[in-house]
Amino acid sequence: MEENLKSVLIIGGGIAGIQASLDLAERGFKVELVEKESCIGGRMAQLDKTFPTNDCSICILAPKLAECNRHPNITLHTLSEVKNITGEAGNFTVKMLQKARYVIEDVCKGCGDCEVICPIRGLPNRFDTNLNSHGAIYIPFPSSIPLVYLIDDKKCLYLNYGICGLCVKACGAGAIDFSQKDEEIEFNVGSIIIATGFDVFDATLIPCLGYGRINNVVTGLEFERLICASGPLGGHLVRPSDKKEPKKIAFINCVGSRDINYNPYCSSCCCMYTTKEAMVAYEHDNEINSTIFYIDLRAPGKDFQKYIKRGNREYNINYVKAKVAKIIEDKKKNPIVIYENTKTFEIEREAFDLVILAASMIPKKDAEELSKALGIELDHYNFFKGDTYHPQVSSKEGIFLCGACREPMDIPTSVLDASSAAARATEILSER
Amino acid sequence: MEDIRIGVFICHCGTNIGGILDITSITEYTKTLPNVIYAADNIYTCSELGLSEIRGKIKEHNLNRVVVASCSPRTHENLFRETCHEAGLNPYLFEMVNIRDQDSWVHMKEPEKGTEKAKDLIHMGISKAALLKPLEKIKVEVTPSAAIIGGGIAGMTAALNLAKQGFQTTIIEKESQLGGNLRLLNKLYPIEVDASKLLEIIDIIERNKNIHVITSAVPIKVEGFVGNFEISVKEREQISKIKTGIIIVATGAKPLIPKGLFRYNGKSIITQLDLEPLLKENKLVAQNIVMIQCVGARNEERPYCSNICCMTALKNAMIIKKLNPNSNLVILYRDIQVHGTTYEDYYRKARENGIIFIKYSSDKPPLVKDSIIEVYNELRNQEINIPYDLVVLSTPLIAHEDSTTLAKLLKIPQQDNNFFLEAHVKLRPSDFATDGIFICGSAHWPADVRESISQAYAAASRASRILSKDTLEVEGSTAEVDIEICIKCKICTRMCPFSAIYKNKEGKIEVNQVLCKACGVCGASCPTGAITILHFTDEQILSEIASCGGEF
Repeated sequence: MEENLKSVLIIGGGIAGIQASLDLAERGFKVELVEKESCIGGRMAQLDKTFPTNDCSICILAPKLAECNRHPNITLHTLSEVKNITGEAGNFTVKMLQKARYVIEDVCKGCGDCEVICPIRGLPNRFDTNLNSHGAIYIPFPSSIPLVYLIDDKKCLYLNYGICGLCVKACGAGAIDFSQKDEEIEFNVGSIIIATGFDVFDATLIPCLGYGRINNVVTGLEFERLICASGPLGGHLVRPSDKKEPKKIAFINCVGSRDINYNPYCSSCCCMYTTKEAMVAYEHDNEINSTIFYIDLRAPGKDFQKYIKRGNREYNINYVKAKVAKIIEDKKKNPIVIYENTKTFEIEREAFDLVILAASMIPKKDAEELSKALGIELDHYNFFKGDTYHPQVSSKEGIFLCGACREPMDIPTSVLDASSAAARATEILSER
Repeated sequence: MEDIRIGVFICHCGTNIGGILDITSITEYTKTLPNVIYAADNIYTCSELGLSEIRGKIKEHNLNRVVVASCSPRTHENLFRETCHEAGLNPYLFEMVNIRDQDSWVHMKEPEKGTEKAKDLIHMGISKAALLKPLEKIKVEVTPSAAIIGGGIAGMTAALNLAKQGFQTTIIEKESQLGGNLRLLNKLYPIEVDASKLLEIIDIIERNKNIHVITSAVPIKVEGFVGNFEISVKEREQISKIKTGIIIVATGAKPLIPKGLFRYNGKSIITQLDLEPLLKENKLVAQNIVMIQCVGARNEERPYCSNICCMTALKNAMIIKKLNPNSNLVILYRDIQVHGTTYEDYYRKARENGIIFIKYSSDKPPLVKDSIIEVYNELRNQEINIPYDLVVLSTPLIAHEDSTTLAKLLKIPQQDNNFFLEAHVKLRPSDFATDGIFICGSAHWPADVRESISQAYAAASRASRILSKDTLEVEGSTAEVDIEICIKCKICTRMCPFSAIYKNKEGKIEVNQVLCKACGVCGASCPTGAITILHFTDEQILSEIASCGGEF
């Protein structure tokens, strides 16, 4: 028991949760890392490159994932959700629900023999923003950590109809276990860090931008998967409607952000990531021209201005200050962007091959539920509410916040925020 | 003689390598090379699947050398070394070949040549691997105390966190009192709290038994290494020495004084910093106030955005508007930099309160005349005149003049405009590449109070990873001096950028293995060849050159 109180619960296994876990584990504390999905990595694992250095995202993340998985002080709970917290700073009791994976974690080797034989096909792969599909037994992406398959209990023939079971025969290791049940687990910790990240705004809610209706209008996150070397297209960028290589691309910033009809706040990252996406597109094909439509070009971070300037000078990126009014489609499936040119006051209609919407970063849809389970406050947007000058400090002593669960932020800020929350948790554990 | 058994793992890195180079032909070629017992390719060698394959094959084929041909040792060498170690192999019997950053990425347009280059690189790696020798990491003890340079809000916050964790902490402050720039401010955004409220931390610091404050003091000499630094501090005329395990740099920055810009005169044309005491003492008498953003920033000399000036201008405009609702406030800006939730809300509130925002363009900056400002309103395509009785210039934070001196003392790098350069912009924003030294606050990049506090905790977190350990392990690859051949010319001691090589009391040249980074400068400059860099011996390097057709 004593021992447990020197441990920290971290909710969310994205880059923020991972960084906080590693800091605390290296500091000598035990970490219970709880992740809702079947593997850790979060949003950063989905990205192709990262600004402002254009490092390959998974390449710099993968060593951290591996470290998290192997660290003796970190216990990883995947497919798990925190249901209830009681107690107080220094001694919290955590009730966690661990969903059945139907594959034994310690036994599965991740070889994929089961995946090949599974007769179910075509289930949308959320990791690839549904641009790809998988069977009823799958891993989200090849370098998933832990590298353990899972079974979709809504689609598996055996679990639903008691037939098939081919995977059991295919698995040489004997890892399939249909008898697994969801399990409620209870443990004690001294402090808690929330790092649940963000969701992406549903751009269909702004019908005039055509998302969901016009094939060649995609979101920023979809574009990351489209252009990613390990994505569904193998890194060969083509547009969805006719698989043609796009030459003229538009990026629309602030889709759902800085807009009192949707999310009045600024999503912090879009000016930079649309620039990055345009740069990466240019690197794939030097004939690509990009236009970024923006309200204000927000680039206050380290070397960010330099990055924008480089995009403009070296990567054929044209920056246009305009709020796009509407996107329609011509007969060749080209999206046409309609906006007011703020220099000439003319209404312009410009056709592009592909349009990317920088959809807002929004609070997790289960933020409210989690805030109730933990007894902490949300702000007026449903982000977790932090203290004004100590933003990692939640409304309840001993519970801390980091990353985009408290406010939209980029990767460097999330990493910093995570270390910051870790230091605060350390204070709680050191006092006792 | 040892039977050399090399296993080679060739990574596709998704399509980063596999989409460009011909991996099958590279793998087949590798199998023909001397001492190669096993060679195979993986989609991602760094994935758990790839790593477990390395571990498995080491045991299965009794491998005693491992070569991975993939991305870059910069990010992945440690991971693969650890993996070898887990399989019972000395980590220094691992060699990494870079076929991505230095091959597939640069030869994207000439894949055949890239493939041939990869073969040569792997051949070189294998030749070196055969000659690798096991090495041990070096253990050093840790002094469990911290030194923080700079006693502003960042330095104080970091100190308090470390003190609460139980570590003895010393703050070295240049000025006669703690507080830094916070002392110069009236109220803070975004809730207009008095700056003095946040200065209450000074009392807490002074009462904390674990914190020792030295004011009017600067470091003049820094010796040692991670876990065991010794800082000589000059406090007025007195010099004292501090032993510490880690160092946090929290020296901050200062606002630019806009001499010669927009007719700055300190009276009717002042800076935001000049405005703060006027508001604090309620001495402001002005009806028509115009603020100009990006004064001396986002230009050729200082291309950066100073991050805090938009919010500072908004805050002061809001305060003035509250004091005098009839005043006219205009902010001339280029882009309003208020990211996130709270700051954007604040900006909206400012607009609702009647503060006027006019966008100007950098090629037509505003012109300050005797009682009016001429400005081209970019969004309305219109030249307008704005009457003023006070102009407030928003100037950027700039690095302190003595930051370069500190950089040299600590051997830490600076970047453009003399801000300090962290180890990795995304994944190690609080660390320096030099082990045991950390950074927070505006010395790194202009940061506001909220950001400085966050960064201070982050730096403290990173520092506590070291301070909580009794001993640390440092790199086993270092320079070694053969004193039989050494002629004590001391060229190496002058060349070493880490002060790691020196003449000891017995007059012999010695290497401090903890300080040594195995950069090789000493070895290259030694006239008698008395210095060997372990893991990069002449024999190993020459074998690499020979295997790609070199002669010597």
